Amino acid sequence: MTKNNALIYMLTAMADDALILGHRNSEWTGLGPVMEEDIAFSSMAQDKIGHAWALYRIQQEDLGGGDPDQFAFLRNEKDYRCCHLVEQPNGEYDFSLMRHFLFDHAEAIRYEQLQQSSFAPLQPLARKLKGEIKYHTLHANAWITQLCRAGEESYARMQSALNACFPLALGLFEPGGEAEDLLVAEKVYPGEKALQQLWMDRIYAILSAAALNLPGEHAVQPAYGGRKGCHTVHLQPLLEEMGNVFRTDPAATW
Amino acid sequence: MENQSLDPRVNRLQLNPSGEAVTVQDGENWNVFEVFHQEKRGAHHEHVGCVHAPNAQMALIFAKEQFGRRKKCVNIWVVRSADILAFSAEDEDMFANNLEKTYRDASGFKVMEKINKYRKSTRHDEE
Repeated sequence: MTKNNALIYMLTAMADDALILGHRNSEWTGLGPVMEEDIAFSSMAQDKIGHAWALYRIQQEDLGGGDPDQFAFLRNEKDYRCCHLVEQPNGEYDFSLMRHFLFDHAEAIRYEQLQQSSFAPLQPLARKLKGEIKYHTLHANAWITQLCRAGEESYARMQSALNACFPLALGLFEPGGEAEDLLVAEKVYPGEKALQQLWMDRIYAILSAAALNLPGEHAVQPAYGGRKGCHTVHLQPLLEEMGNVFRTDPAATW
Repeated sequence: MENQSLDPRVNRLQLNPSGEAVTVQDGENWNVFEVFHQEKRGAHHEHVGCVHAPNAQMALIFAKEQFGRRKKCVNIWVVRSADILAFSAEDEDMFANNLEKTYRDASGFKVMEKINKYRKSTRHDEE
């Protein structure tokens, strides 16, 4: 495994997570619970697609990768590296919000660490996205706290959303084997285990203030496989819809 | 009478079909918040619109994307509309004679004219 390939492995996983979740969250556009939230959630979904684009672009410019649009829309399902969390259908708003909360805190932690990455192109990107992700986590924290104090039914739904999302969210930190070892040795980033620990500490503080019970890390089966190209049944239909327009004329200029 | 609206929020309102008064539970009704944005540090906050939210914190969260995502903005205030004290429309007559009191208008001091006249005369001298 070369350092180049290891970097492509990591950046593709990050970008695919952002692309697929950005697409999923954008499915709420026009259907959000209130207009203000509809606008905020849609706007953050667009941000995620922007993050994916920036990461595909780094691969193109610094690692010999292809055109970001082609790479985003024309790969086969097994060539995507996203985790199972982001593939899940939206379900109801409790599930979507909890996923947004768990995902965006993981993203915040990852980019915080990448500000010191030995892979130079990631440093300015991590700094640039800092404020945007700060708003995303602030939004998520406010909703989680609010809904956990909004009566019994609301609280129960948030707890069951957390129970459903947590094993899936652990898949964000799926061990990356040889590629990960190389990136850690090269000081590109501190590794999945370290990120997961930081993430657990961060979300625990907010969840406990909302009186939610975080399932034990070892009491659940993490949803691994996405980083190796093994996906849930939900990804293929999403890819078909997402790339539908693009595939009608892949050479078109937009 | 069953409500036939396709909007699920209408049914969530639990309107009383017999037309009797409905008891509103705490937290059921959202407030309107006025939003003020600040374009740069030190500038005035300007009123830009309003958002609907369950509390001030959520109003601020909503206002950020509603009013701060396109143009330049460095900060936002939200104020519950109900907390703003204003005159009623029928008291508009209190302001009616303002335009006749031009002697209170600072623009009545025509000092710029004199300054410009002086500048013009000195410029002539230099030439």
